[in-house]
Amino acid sequence: MKVKVISRSTDEFTRERSQDLQRVFRNFDPKLRPQEKAVEYVRALNAAKLEKIFARPFIGAMDGHIDAISCMAKNPNFLKGIFSGSMDGDIRLWDIASRKTVCQFPGHQGAVRGLTASTDGSTLISCGTDCTVRIWSVPVAATLESDHASNKPIEANAVYVGKNAYWAVDHQWGGDLFATTGARVEIWNHNRSQPVNTFEWGTDTVISVRFNPGEPNLLATSASDRSIALYDLRMSTPARKLIMQTRTNSIAWNPMEPLNFTTANEDCSCYSYDARKLDEAKCVHKDHVSAVQEIYNLVYPYFSMDIDYSPTGREFVTGSYDRTVRIFPYNGGHSREIYHTKRMQRVFCVKFSSDASYIISGSDDTNLRLWKAKASEQMGVLLPREQKKHEYQEAVKNRYKHLPEVKRIVRHRHLPRPIYKAKELRRMVIDAEKKKEERRKAHSTPGSIVTESVRKRRIIREVE
Amino acid sequence: MGLEEEAGGSAKILPPTEQELSAELDTKLQKYLRGEGADLEALKDKKLKGQLFVREKLYGNSAKAAAKFEKWLMPSEGGYLEAEGVEKTWRIKQDQLTREVDILSSRNQYDIVLKDLGPYTLDFTPSGRYMATAGRKGHVAIVDMKSMELIREMQVKETVRDIVFLHNESFFAVAQKKYPYIYNRDGIELHCLKEHGAVSRLQFLKNHFLLASINKFGQLRYQDVTTGGTVSMWKPTSAAPLVKMLCHHGPISALAFHPNGHLMASCGREKKIKIWDLRKFEVVQTIPGHHAKTLDFSQKGLLAAGTGSYAQVLGDFSGTQNYSRYMGHSIAKGYQIGKVSFRPYEDVLVMGHSMGWSSILIPGSGEPNFDTWVANPFETSEQRREKEIHSLLDKLPPETIMLDPSKIGTLRPYKKREKPTKEEIEAEKEAAVESVKDIALKKKTKGRNKTSKRVMKRKVLIDKAKKPFLEKQMLEEGKVAGKKRNLGEETELPASLKRFVRKKAAV
Repeated sequence: MKVKVISRSTDEFTRERSQDLQRVFRNFDPKLRPQEKAVEYVRALNAAKLEKIFARPFIGAMDGHIDAISCMAKNPNFLKGIFSGSMDGDIRLWDIASRKTVCQFPGHQGAVRGLTASTDGSTLISCGTDCTVRIWSVPVAATLESDHASNKPIEANAVYVGKNAYWAVDHQWGGDLFATTGARVEIWNHNRSQPVNTFEWGTDTVISVRFNPGEPNLLATSASDRSIALYDLRMSTPARKLIMQTRTNSIAWNPMEPLNFTTANEDCSCYSYDARKLDEAKCVHKDHVSAVQEIYNLVYPYFSMDIDYSPTGREFVTGSYDRTVRIFPYNGGHSREIYHTKRMQRVFCVKFSSDASYIISGSDDTNLRLWKAKASEQMGVLLPREQKKHEYQEAVKNRYKHLPEVKRIVRHRHLPRPIYKAKELRRMVIDAEKKKEERRKAHSTPGSIVTESVRKRRIIREVE
Repeated sequence: MGLEEEAGGSAKILPPTEQELSAELDTKLQKYLRGEGADLEALKDKKLKGQLFVREKLYGNSAKAAAKFEKWLMPSEGGYLEAEGVEKTWRIKQDQLTREVDILSSRNQYDIVLKDLGPYTLDFTPSGRYMATAGRKGHVAIVDMKSMELIREMQVKETVRDIVFLHNESFFAVAQKKYPYIYNRDGIELHCLKEHGAVSRLQFLKNHFLLASINKFGQLRYQDVTTGGTVSMWKPTSAAPLVKMLCHHGPISALAFHPNGHLMASCGREKKIKIWDLRKFEVVQTIPGHHAKTLDFSQKGLLAAGTGSYAQVLGDFSGTQNYSRYMGHSIAKGYQIGKVSFRPYEDVLVMGHSMGWSSILIPGSGEPNFDTWVANPFETSEQRREKEIHSLLDKLPPETIMLDPSKIGTLRPYKKREKPTKEEIEAEKEAAVESVKDIALKKKTKGRNKTSKRVMKRKVLIDKAKKPFLEKQMLEEGKVAGKKRNLGEETELPASLKRFVRKKAAV
């Protein structure tokens, strides 16, 4: 007969010296784990609860401006710094790590409407309601050392005066042209005091402009006649125009998918488009509420939202007139996260930091606020063990996040009362309209009433 | 490792061909896939379809990696016993095995004779390292099976009916004459569970930290050992049994569950062992000829049945759940086997009998490869502490005790909710009225206890109980009447308004 019996010798399964590591043996057989799904569910529940416990997104506020912050700019070469311009003409460079001003750029007489930095980070361009475009050189020493004591003001390199107030400015990626908008779209070169090129289409003010990160000659603008226009610098006429039902306040190109851009619209949603096919939105992101009363329209003509993409291209952040900052996934309809504080008033500009970990919001209460992009993330250097544990918890939570108990915990966010009420009201209004539409459809001949898809609904027409 | 005896000349070992390899991997893969993949063709939502497709692919990759790991990286191989020629495995005795097997394993064959202290029952920790034994006359002992060392021995001076370990070897519960007690590893009595009463059997659910006990009156109780609260009877969330099965034509003498969770073996007084499939609740096999007082399944699926002084081990070798004789062992005549228990992760069967306990070798019964994070026979005290903390964090709530735990996270099949029929509504109304009638009204004094008033009060209570049902009935009738009214409206309108009546549409 042939016999073999399990016989384990102790030295193979235990360590020799206390300096050695303990030996670990694995057997992945599901028979050894009879209730693995139940255990995973309990772990998902605990992971969701822990995530809520550790969710502290607000890091700090940067104090210094004496008027509302109207625009911000990232320095592409310097992670730690951010430029901010306020409504009284004060421009500052901040060091995010210490949350202090590094240097100031005084000079503008009125509100600063647009700020942008050149691709090599050495030049800062600003434009404002005093009809000037100013070019500043960013001190390299200041960016490298961030010497806090030196809060020195810096003189402008050049001041170009124009005919009308300027509303926005953006710099070309990798080139040396920049575009300003106001009454029309103008393309400038650093050295010339007059614009190199001008685009004009319609008689309304153009309120925002963005260059495409992947295609340096392509830029998108939005005007107050509710249109979005795409321009190509190599052609003398604008390429395409899209007219919507409401005005677009801000545009951002997806850095990872350079032909897609997302626009922040005044009807409290963001629309993502593919630049090649503008007749239909790729995705509609709706979560902001309009905590706006009609009268404010006159007092703050430049209100509602600003939008910025994360360098990963997977999510974008929006700041809105309803005093909240929301983070949306690039292909999802609803926001993943909402940030709000009692002290933060209308958010005029937001930026995603270049390492995709932080969000900076500039608001009406003269403060820049620094937030974490992932509210419960542990910042700093993590041990590989900690990292694995975080990844596991994230994965197990995502696997069971559709189950009711886990979903309740994961989705729960505390909202300030006015926003909660506004959301409910909006929900009721939308439901009522939907019901009426359904009833109209049900009581008319089938096929006579056609519902347009949400992605097309707000677009009036496309013009070549 | 055990010695291998070659029968005739040694055959040349050829490398397996590619096809054999991939076929072998395929069978292993099935084990790790845990069922069929999702049917993605039926989905219409493209986004969801894409996401699920990626997830299913990842799942397949992980199953493949686990199958490869099993093939190449597992440290030990399982035990086996193969008979040659005319030999039959069930005729092989333990002395024959002693000669073939190494010294370390032959040390696992022994008889411990303790004549005075009654039939012994025993329990193992999940790692198989520690054993708790209890004699009927009060002898309780904890033994370390690796070193055969007696950790703690005590005499509780009472009848002991059952003993179980709690989550690790530091705690054990003893079902004594009047109540079950929980003891520390040092023999210190920690708790006396008075509510349970005179318990005859105990079991510990290690994932839920629940101690289940059944007592003389047939009450099943679950006790949470971490908080000390009693959960409830039967299934912790329902007071009625989940499934009632008529298994045998007489009393059932023994029950055992297969580790895969689908099979159950039961033995009745009519000398038949029946193997049940628990997914369909039907008999898979009937094995005649055994009146087993105790049954136990091993980790590899071997079934041990103890009858009198003979222990029979049955095995399922074709994979079709057809159990046949594998091995047998008879201890000294007159000794009655009280409990058989396979030792986890070892090829050992331990029998507790009326004169102590014996241990024999059953090759192929234990799982050769243990997982350190599940159960570690070579656990250090640090590892034990960490494991305790982790299992407390992963403690399952009692609601997860269900017939099929793999259903968590799946979709419940859509059940259309039917309106209650008239009889059901009537029955509910009757029940409400009955419950109200049982209420005892206070008897008032000082001349306020008039009969008429009491009768009026009772009537008011009954009317209040009937009210919701009557309201619902009126609503229903109102809807029906409303429809009828709309049709007959023309006839009731005054003449001046008749011009506004909508004419019926022409057919």
